[in-house]
Amino acid sequence: MAEWEPVVGLEIHVQLKTRTKMFCRCANSFATEPNTQTYPVCLAFPGTLPTPNETAVEWTLKLGLALGCEIAARALFHRKHYPYPDLPKGYQISQYDEPLCLDGRFTLPGPDGDSEVGIVRAHLEEDAAKTIHVGGATGRIVGAAHSNIDFNRGGTPLVEIVTRPDIRSADQAKRFLQLLRQTIVELGLSDAEMEKGQLRADANVSVREAGETVYRTRTELKNMNSFNHIARGIDAEVRRQIATWEAGGEVVQETLDYEVKSDTVTPRRRKEEADDYRYFPEPDLVPLEPAAELLERLKAELPELPGARIRRFEREYALPFYDAEVLNGSAALAALYERVALDGVDAKAASNVLMNDFVATGVDPAVVNAQELAKVIGARATIPRATFAKALAESGDPEFKADAYLGEALVADASELEPLVDRILADNPGQVAAYKGGKEGLLGYFVGQVMKETEGKADPKVVNDLLREKLG
Amino acid sequence: MPRVIDTLRLTAEEARGLLDRREVSAAELRAAYREAIDARNDELHCFLTLVDDDGNEGVPIALKDVISTKGIETTAGSEILKGYVPVFDSTVAARCKAAGLQLLGKTNTDEFAMGSSTENSAFGPSRNPWDPTRVPGGSGGGSAAAVSAGLTPWALGSDTGGSIKQPSSLCGNVGLRPTYGTVSRYGIVAFASSLDQVGPVTKTVRDNALLYGIISGRDECDSTTVDVPAVELPDAEDLKGLRVGVPKELNEAEGIEPGVADAVRRAIGLCSELGADVGECELPRSVEYGLPCYYLIAPAEASSNLARYDGVRYALRREADGYYEMVSRTRDAGFGDEPKRRIMLGTYALSAGYYEAYYGQAQKVRTVISREFAAAFEHFDVLVSPTSPTVAFKLGEKTENPLAMYLADVLTIPPNMAGLPGLSIPSGLSEGLPVGLQLIGPQFSENTLFRAGHALERAIGFDPVPERLR
Repeated sequence: MAEWEPVVGLEIHVQLKTRTKMFCRCANSFATEPNTQTYPVCLAFPGTLPTPNETAVEWTLKLGLALGCEIAARALFHRKHYPYPDLPKGYQISQYDEPLCLDGRFTLPGPDGDSEVGIVRAHLEEDAAKTIHVGGATGRIVGAAHSNIDFNRGGTPLVEIVTRPDIRSADQAKRFLQLLRQTIVELGLSDAEMEKGQLRADANVSVREAGETVYRTRTELKNMNSFNHIARGIDAEVRRQIATWEAGGEVVQETLDYEVKSDTVTPRRRKEEADDYRYFPEPDLVPLEPAAELLERLKAELPELPGARIRRFEREYALPFYDAEVLNGSAALAALYERVALDGVDAKAASNVLMNDFVATGVDPAVVNAQELAKVIGARATIPRATFAKALAESGDPEFKADAYLGEALVADASELEPLVDRILADNPGQVAAYKGGKEGLLGYFVGQVMKETEGKADPKVVNDLLREKLG
Repeated sequence: MPRVIDTLRLTAEEARGLLDRREVSAAELRAAYREAIDARNDELHCFLTLVDDDGNEGVPIALKDVISTKGIETTAGSEILKGYVPVFDSTVAARCKAAGLQLLGKTNTDEFAMGSSTENSAFGPSRNPWDPTRVPGGSGGGSAAAVSAGLTPWALGSDTGGSIKQPSSLCGNVGLRPTYGTVSRYGIVAFASSLDQVGPVTKTVRDNALLYGIISGRDECDSTTVDVPAVELPDAEDLKGLRVGVPKELNEAEGIEPGVADAVRRAIGLCSELGADVGECELPRSVEYGLPCYYLIAPAEASSNLARYDGVRYALRREADGYYEMVSRTRDAGFGDEPKRRIMLGTYALSAGYYEAYYGQAQKVRTVISREFAAAFEHFDVLVSPTSPTVAFKLGEKTENPLAMYLADVLTIPPNMAGLPGLSIPSGLSEGLPVGLQLIGPQFSENTLFRAGHALERAIGFDPVPERLR
């Protein structure tokens, strides 16, 4: 059987969280009463004209720079026509053959080294309004009794990022999107929450046999609203395409929806003819010509990006890739980690605590006093487990002080623990016999019993030694 | 003793003087125009909507019905916008308000400003005050006829291919199509965005400069607008030092009536007498290709601009079971023949596979036309030609032949394609009907056009009151 290689390119849309919309002064905010954030411009009343949001342009440039793109000396807005009720002008103001950002490269750190995903373009456009189909089984326009349109979303600044078909697995696609999302969030451009539609991604998928140099026919995969669904959708489509080719069939270019429940893809109703968007340069807007000084300033303002930071964490703190990636899942967590690690705590121990125990508390890493937390983590082996957990849970309090938890030392005196150990062994003759018969895993059971009786205050090392001695 | 106000003769400048000197009240002035409207609008059909007292105390004005007015129906002469009441003022309407001008009403227009006679208005044509069996020109025929018939001292029009200049010519008014980008288009029902421009229709060149001063200048709601040089009210009586070019092709184009050519020739003679240096020049491609390219670009942009009329958010809706059927029925009922024709032409010109040959090519030719004019302006300050090849034609004369109608703008389109300002002033009569002289200048040369227009106006001594109303 041939070995197949998935070939994936992504098309990502990100809503920018600018204060106002792309081409008018309406507030740009999420989740308010329908049609309360509208204006003659975003409702396309006759005679209204677009005025570009300069912040949105700057942010697109900033993202372009973060994606290693070239910034166009002159960019144009175009009108893209298609008839749909959520597009009040009958066209979307978008960019066509002269986008703001072109030809980038995004480095994706992985467990087995870096991979690079080429960026074809990143451009700025306006989002459509939201259509809610009422009635009908599927929530789609087909079979709906009627449709309501909420124009609040209409005109939200939207950046479209198109990658080259450089992605070779569903997992890589997911990791690319996670890191891209993290980058966008850290640049402050968007909250990029997929469940809120602030970040949306479609995948172009094809497969080819190992060693082939040309691409085969691709399909466009839509309707995936989480990173996991995207990965599962790509896997499902890759399986389908491989099966098609292996059965002697032919993959046809089409748009597919991923259905989560059945874990399958289904074709969208095929259009009778190809889309003709009748693009032409938007005559209501003048060309964008980003000033050199602006680009210099934006470059200077770029912070260290999460991709680079992952590699630095591996290097500077000798962390495994996994740790570095998880810690960099949030800028605040990464920053807290660095402050804790620099405070002299063992780097790997600090990573373990932050990735697992600390994250489990739900405390906002941005508000934690790192020095005090470092003290607690440093003393982890000498304080009761429950106390340690309590300290982490309370580490977000403004009054958080390590001393409050360190005072409660473990009972490490063997003579104090010995009567208890004796009693527990006497109470469990069956287990003692089993242990002696070779079931050494039962040691943990005895340790647990001691910890339970002492409410976690016994020094586990002393208890272990004591038990081994008695049972040995 | 109430003063008798002769609205047929009173200029806006004089009206402002009367108000300033408190010789008449704003209410009296308004009443005088309302009386004239009551007397003559039934015959001429200049106004689509009349406005009751809006509380302003300045000179009255009328606005073409493509100009959005808050709280006042704005139809663009189309059934599809019947009953549509804007919730906002266009920038020019707001500037008129801010200058204290009181609005008399909204004037008739060809549907979506597409036409040269007002016969494409969904609400019936306007008529020429000089001869009501003839058209007032278009698309801004309502504004031009209203000024000419003394129903308003001045008015605003909009000009895409000639919709200010041509009706001004046919009605004996002064009409300015300003440099593209000097007057905000915000709130003007869009026809062809890269060509549309609002401008004044007046009785005199000085009135025109006054009104242009009120409406022009950068507007943050229209990013194609720019800062404009301060407007100078013209008072020179000669043309000394002015270099006047006579482009051969614009003056000898096929279809120019002999009477029109004569009147323009006399005006050119006056230029010399007033001290101008007059010389010939050429614009070979501008006239040959101006009109055909215009009829690719304007319909292309129109097909896009009219895509918003879908029955979803405002104005006409014809119910149907599905969305696309509703849109289709609404548009079929709401759009007249001319918008439908241009939507089809424009959609075709923008279609994949045709874009480069049509829209793309027309834009390239547009650049050629701009260069040709720029070359002429290296030698001349102003170019002159007839505004319209003909005087006012009969109602119905061209309605069956769209191409003949399109040719009414053959002389106004070339400078429009280059974004240039053009001023039409009356230069005499032919067969008892007004002839317009088109003065074309480089970008932002409105002050030069006003100066030349004013001196010529005095020398020509045209009586702007239609003979039958004197």
